[in-house]
Amino acid sequence: MKARQKRLVFVGLAIVGVGAASALALSALNSNISYFFSPSQVMASEAPAEHVFRLGGLVTPGTVARQEDGLTVKFDVTDNAETVTVAYTGILPDLFSEGQGVVTKGRLGADGVFYAEEVLAKHDEEYMPPEVADTLQTAHVEGIVESMGARGASN
Amino acid sequence: MASNWFRFAAPASFYPLAGRLIPVFWILTGVCLLVGLYWGFFQTPDQLGGSNAQKEYYRIIFIHVPAAWMSMWLYVVMVCWAAIGLVFNTRLSFMMANAVAPTGAIFTFLALWTGAFWGRPSWGTYWDWDPRLTTELILFFMYIGYIALHSAIDDTRRADRAAALLAIVGLVMVPLIFWSVNCPDPNQCAALHQRSNLTQIEGNILFSMLAVTFGFWMYSFATTLMRLRSIILTREADNTWVQELLVKGGRA
Repeated sequence: MKARQKRLVFVGLAIVGVGAASALALSALNSNISYFFSPSQVMASEAPAEHVFRLGGLVTPGTVARQEDGLTVKFDVTDNAETVTVAYTGILPDLFSEGQGVVTKGRLGADGVFYAEEVLAKHDEEYMPPEVADTLQTAHVEGIVESMGARGASN
Repeated sequence: MASNWFRFAAPASFYPLAGRLIPVFWILTGVCLLVGLYWGFFQTPDQLGGSNAQKEYYRIIFIHVPAAWMSMWLYVVMVCWAAIGLVFNTRLSFMMANAVAPTGAIFTFLALWTGAFWGRPSWGTYWDWDPRLTTELILFFMYIGYIALHSAIDDTRRADRAAALLAIVGLVMVPLIFWSVNCPDPNQCAALHQRSNLTQIEGNILFSMLAVTFGFWMYSFATTLMRLRSIILTREADNTWVQELLVKGGRA
């Protein structure tokens, strides 16, 4: 019986330790690991200058413009505080549209334009038919703006 | 009426019980998957709206989300059996943990694989080192590591204990996977993967998802018990009851 209690304590401690490790990893994930940089961070030169990094934000409505070569697209990405212009040559994902969230990967050019190698579309967690979604649309846009926009403000 | 449930902790008495339960679980699996997939393909909207305007391809959700849920739950189930085995030294618990691992690994792989095929049309990529995707991949490696470590050690009792410890350490990944997108402050966890929120899903879509999830649970019970029966036979091969069983089955 003594040995069993010892093992119980041992396994209990192991699980508590694992829980603590998990909590530490989560707080590290929250404060250190930047999956993408917001336009505000880029403007504040927090993003690496000579390296490939990800830029995340909302596509500013009315700024998506196809260039004369017919392949390159330019659009502005904003976090509602700052704006960075992105140039991308290639096929845009299905869900890419104005006002929507994007995550782009590339380098910041000397001209301040972000030259993207990859543009990914971000979507939210709502799975609703169009008619229901329309009625909720306003609430949602505000939600995304908050979730993507406030990143810059908080940094 | 005081039937002693602990007698089923003995492999000899659990073996026939599992045999009787397996067909029930298979039938429930079939019914739930049929209902869930029928409802998912024919009773749900053809396309979504709002700021998530996905077309038909969103239906991958009916496999992807249940598989991803199962990958995490089965890991917890596996760790529970491993921990019970470590504390009480019960043979059946370790066998249970062993039997769950392959099913969990399959669901983790299924979640990653369907996720890749869903990510291509919606996000625009099969894979990205997003926190959610990366932690799920590590969970897959934990399952593989558990299975590999167990089979690398010849002495079954040592293998049981070593693999059980590894499983417990790997439990660190489960909360990470969940909170990698659902952290309390949405501004802190930047990710490509969307958050999860069951209240934002239309009723029919949610119903199909839950029906398939239930079917996957039943599938997990069925396959785990089948695997468990063969593990019991292998490990208890020298015991009299197994010998008798084999004689009765005419296979001795």
